[in-house]
Amino acid sequence: MIRLQGIERVFRVGGETVHALRAIDLQIGAGEYLSIMGPSGSGKSTLLNIIGLLDRPNAGRYLLDGRDVTDLSDDEQARVRREKIGFVFQFFHLVPRLSAAQNIELPMMLAGIAPEARRERIARLLADYGLESRAAHRPDQLSGGQCQRVAIARAMAMQPGVILADEPTGNLDRHSGKEVMALLEGVHRAGGTVAVVTHDPEIGARAARRLRMIDGAIEGDERS
Amino acid sequence: MRAADLLEFAWRVVRGYRSRTLLILLAMGIGVAAVIAVSSIGEGARLYIVNQFGSLGTNLVIVLPGRSETAGAMPGVLIGRTPRDLTLDDALALKRSPAVRRLAPLIVGAGDARAGARSREAPVLGSTAELMDIRHMVLAQGRFLPEGDPRLAQPVCVIGAKLATELFGPRPVLGEWLRIGDWRFRIVGVLAAQGQSLGFNTDEIVIVPVAAAQALFDTEALFRILVEAKSRELIAPAQSDIEEILRERHEGKRDVTVITQDAVLATFDRILRALTLAVGGLAAISLAVAGILIMNVMLISVTQRRGEIGLLRALGATGPQIRLAFFTEAVLLALGGATLGLVVGKLGQVAIGQIYPEIPFTPPWWALIAAPATAIVTAVLFSVAPARRAARLDPVQALSKR
Repeated sequence: MIRLQGIERVFRVGGETVHALRAIDLQIGAGEYLSIMGPSGSGKSTLLNIIGLLDRPNAGRYLLDGRDVTDLSDDEQARVRREKIGFVFQFFHLVPRLSAAQNIELPMMLAGIAPEARRERIARLLADYGLESRAAHRPDQLSGGQCQRVAIARAMAMQPGVILADEPTGNLDRHSGKEVMALLEGVHRAGGTVAVVTHDPEIGARAARRLRMIDGAIEGDERS
Repeated sequence: MRAADLLEFAWRVVRGYRSRTLLILLAMGIGVAAVIAVSSIGEGARLYIVNQFGSLGTNLVIVLPGRSETAGAMPGVLIGRTPRDLTLDDALALKRSPAVRRLAPLIVGAGDARAGARSREAPVLGSTAELMDIRHMVLAQGRFLPEGDPRLAQPVCVIGAKLATELFGPRPVLGEWLRIGDWRFRIVGVLAAQGQSLGFNTDEIVIVPVAAAQALFDTEALFRILVEAKSRELIAPAQSDIEEILRERHEGKRDVTVITQDAVLATFDRILRALTLAVGGLAAISLAVAGILIMNVMLISVTQRRGEIGLLRALGATGPQIRLAFFTEAVLLALGGATLGLVVGKLGQVAIGQIYPEIPFTPPWWALIAAPATAIVTAVLFSVAPARRAARLDPVQALSKR
């Protein structure tokens, strides 16, 4: 359950003040499938970063699962992020020197989970995302679609309630993009909250709830 | 994050960036190796000198005529008088001291040693039978100077190994006559080849009884008296006894200088230790340079790995975790460099040891500890800034670059 109240985000770019987010009020229920669309610079990614606790609002409050997380310290936010939020990025952001399995292991390593438990979970994730034969491959030996599958498996490693995907298909061909969306929708069907920022209307339309942002404000909120 | 995971993560970074790792290992290794090698040379020189002094004799007290004053001009010069000579009787009187085991008066001069048609300029030492034991001399053939009254000028001599071959070639030497000036000496012994000992080559000398040397050089004055104390503890009592006896004999004037081998040795020891420390310190500067290199490389690494750092933050890494990761990396590199340096330094020391086998090159214990410790400490200190910078990166900005 995500609840944003009066969120403002202001950037100062070379003396000019840019309002990236204006008075955002938003509530996302657990298990929702949400797409965020809008032109470049409309604040989609900033909104996603604030939900993901990577960025802090200049004003407003953010409640995650009923807890006010707005004023937590960086390190406390990091811990919340580790437990509750998984990220999927446009450019995958896999660590190039680590194998697929090791990339998936990273969040569990940071959380200090015992190696035996980690091995079990990695095996299950590799199987879930069709990567068993690619476990020992490094990112440069994987296709874009495979990389994004590794990234989703990594996002799911800590079994977070929320998956935030910023243009997850932006760097993939149509076929791989569809595969990736299918996997994210699988997460949603399993009960996870999924928020996808995208330029692609076709992909945006797949979500049950579609936000439309313009100039830092939510201009449309459709449900089907 | 578990310690083992932290180590493994850092290890993969170190293995992942080969050329960077090699560069740092090289810099650190050279620094540590330089400290080890340079201090080995210093320590080797120190041990060499200590050994040389040791070969001079044990528990040695040396008496020289004249007094070395620490203040004021030489009193002898002002009063218009040279210091009083040391005589053979002075030397023999020293046997009264219970702390003295044996002593050897010494006269040194140069003479023209002749045998048949061959002739050679050689240092001539006048002394007594006890010189052999005091100076740890070894005979190759025959015997040393005869025991007995040192005032008796027996016409015998002992010669060095090199002098023997130069004058007589392969012919037997014992029993032959050796002429020095107007005097003839029968050769009763030949010294074993020992080589250089503190600039004094015993292979080329002639040793005659002290009374014969007095006659040969027409002087009563002794050059030195070498005294051996009964034990290390008795060196100081022997020294004060000697000073007392000679003062009595010289009408209450303290006109001799008594030095102990220990004092001279201790001075050399101190000087060379200081020198080794200083040179080792200079070499340690290269370690500081290596530390700065580590900092540079780590800073570049932080910039290059912005995306990775942003990702780690997004995956829930806290600031301290990221700091620790970079820190561990630096320590791993430093440990590797220090180990490499120890091995290379040791190999270098063995290599110079092969070239100069007479000098006992060996790294002093403090260098073996200080060099790698300095390497690791500098690496840790210099990795603080990069690690902090990494931990402070804004995750959104870090992730925005590909």
